[in-house]
Amino acid sequence: MSWFSKLMPSRIRTEGSAKRNVPEGLWEKCPACAAVLYGPELERNLRVCPKCSHHMSFGARKRLEALFDPGTLSEIDANLAPFDALKFRDSKRYRDRLIASQRATGEKDALISAKGLLKGRSLIASAFEFAFMGGSMGSVVGERFARAAERALDERVPLVNFSATGGARMQEGLFSLMQMAKTSAALARMRRAGVPFVSVLTHPTTGGVSASLGMLGDLNLAEPQALIGFAGPRVIEQTVRETLPEGFQRSEFLVEKGAIDAIVDRRELRDKLAAMLAILQRQAA
Amino acid sequence: MRCIGSRCARPGLTPVSRAPCCYPAALFTIRLPMNPAFLDFEQPIAELEAKIQELRFAGQGNALNIEEEIGKLKDKCRQKTQAIFANLSPWQIAQLARHPQRPHTIDYLPLVFDEFHELKGDRHYADDPAIIGGLARIGGRPVMFIGQEKGRDTKEKVRRNFGMPRPEGYRKALRLMQMAERFGLPLLTFIDTMGAYPGVGAEERGQSEAIAKNLEVMAELRVPIVCTVIGEGGSGGALAIGVGDRTLMLEYSIYSVISPEGCASILWKSSDRAREAADALGITSARLLQLGLVDQVIDEPLGGAHRDPAAMAASLKDALLRALDGLDRVEAGSLVEARYRRLRGHGSHKIE
Repeated sequence: MSWFSKLMPSRIRTEGSAKRNVPEGLWEKCPACAAVLYGPELERNLRVCPKCSHHMSFGARKRLEALFDPGTLSEIDANLAPFDALKFRDSKRYRDRLIASQRATGEKDALISAKGLLKGRSLIASAFEFAFMGGSMGSVVGERFARAAERALDERVPLVNFSATGGARMQEGLFSLMQMAKTSAALARMRRAGVPFVSVLTHPTTGGVSASLGMLGDLNLAEPQALIGFAGPRVIEQTVRETLPEGFQRSEFLVEKGAIDAIVDRRELRDKLAAMLAILQRQAA
Repeated sequence: MRCIGSRCARPGLTPVSRAPCCYPAALFTIRLPMNPAFLDFEQPIAELEAKIQELRFAGQGNALNIEEEIGKLKDKCRQKTQAIFANLSPWQIAQLARHPQRPHTIDYLPLVFDEFHELKGDRHYADDPAIIGGLARIGGRPVMFIGQEKGRDTKEKVRRNFGMPRPEGYRKALRLMQMAERFGLPLLTFIDTMGAYPGVGAEERGQSEAIAKNLEVMAELRVPIVCTVIGEGGSGGALAIGVGDRTLMLEYSIYSVISPEGCASILWKSSDRAREAADALGITSARLLQLGLVDQVIDEPLGGAHRDPAAMAASLKDALLRALDGLDRVEAGSLVEARYRRLRGHGSHKIE
């Protein structure tokens, strides 16, 4: 508190965040076109700006709910929880960071997996929660993904993953790096057996996740304008010492360079996925 | 401080380095702030070695006394080295892993293998000199070899991009892995990289996909794979040639998800805290062996691999041959299954 505000009589003072008459999150500003959007309507539109089609961040659980037929989603491997084998500590303890993230998101770790129906057909899907430590891949993320892939393989049901992540979780040291090998190995088995895996890359997908399961889809799809790459733009700028061109590492750039199959609007993804998976599995339309 | 060399032509000179200023320039050059051939914690060893050399120079006349003195100094040097190396911190080990004189892939090739025939190019875009690959023979046995090479002098470092591979390097490796499978050749890899190159071209040509593809293919390759970290195992760029049936590490090599400097700059907001990050990340061979993430640690000669590359190469060769012996008789299907179980076992989660 500054000396000036201390001088003011207490009834004039307002502490930190002022009293709000408007409930939190009822109105939201689109970061792209600055349009002020009505919260519930934005949610109905899957958090895509109705004015400019900007795809805003979308939580993992909501994403899965929006994918499956209503009421068919059931979470799998929810009992897996992180364990700090290294007793990692920087300015904060990893354990405390985990607890803080768990409180903030209500999730145990950064990946949720579930089974359910997509247009009446069985599907297994997983989604990264970016709000949980930057969607970083540690042991629980790797394990849940590998189990989802193994289940998909056993039941010969397609697997869809939504990534939103900064990469490997460094607080788990080499364990997190090994999740790249583990998830890729599980996907290799699916590929050998001809069970489809669709990787949906959302903003942002970089580092160890993009360099493993992210790029290993039979279909690699992306949301518009998503940042997708191996190294983050800041690291590249520091290495090459020049500013990067506009649109570098965005979905549109990846399509141009041949790295992904297509860009799909979030609102059309359900239909598109169902249609393509049916063709891959030679099922009726 | 006066120069410690008794034959110094410039006895009035005050050298900044603690090595003798009159020492042959090929081995020691006086530079700020210290002898570049030795790390800061190796300086006491450097001084003793310099003294030994100095005595040798002076010793032409009365050989007997001098030999005795040299013997004493050598003992002292050995003890000093033992004492220093008995208590290395993870950060010191990281510095040893990147020691300017540490043997690289290119140094081990003639010492470990009977023959080596380099095969270049990814058949799509270019040859990446940061990865060396080819047909080889070890102890008479035909194998496929893939290793990362950082380069020694400045020109070589630039040519090999400091050992940071681009997608074409990983795709060359992929081509050789698949060739190894076709011809039933066991695959040996040497890991020594800071990481995959984070550049514009590398991104354009699909660095992520190149790494991911190798992880997938190595998981299912139907020949034995033995991976050895010989220096620096830097993240995904290392893992892209590091998925196999056995992971070996040289004693003073490191293997990490992110460099200590990178981790420090993200979590401590300052790369000066790399020392603490190195502690926290658990990057040393001893720690990783304890965590069950590597299978075997190969002891290094006293003072590190760079003090005796030939001895290092001999024990490396021995370890590789033994690893191959253990994998030889396994049928391809069970080899791949065992590899899968091994990869699936890596993690530190709990059930709640």
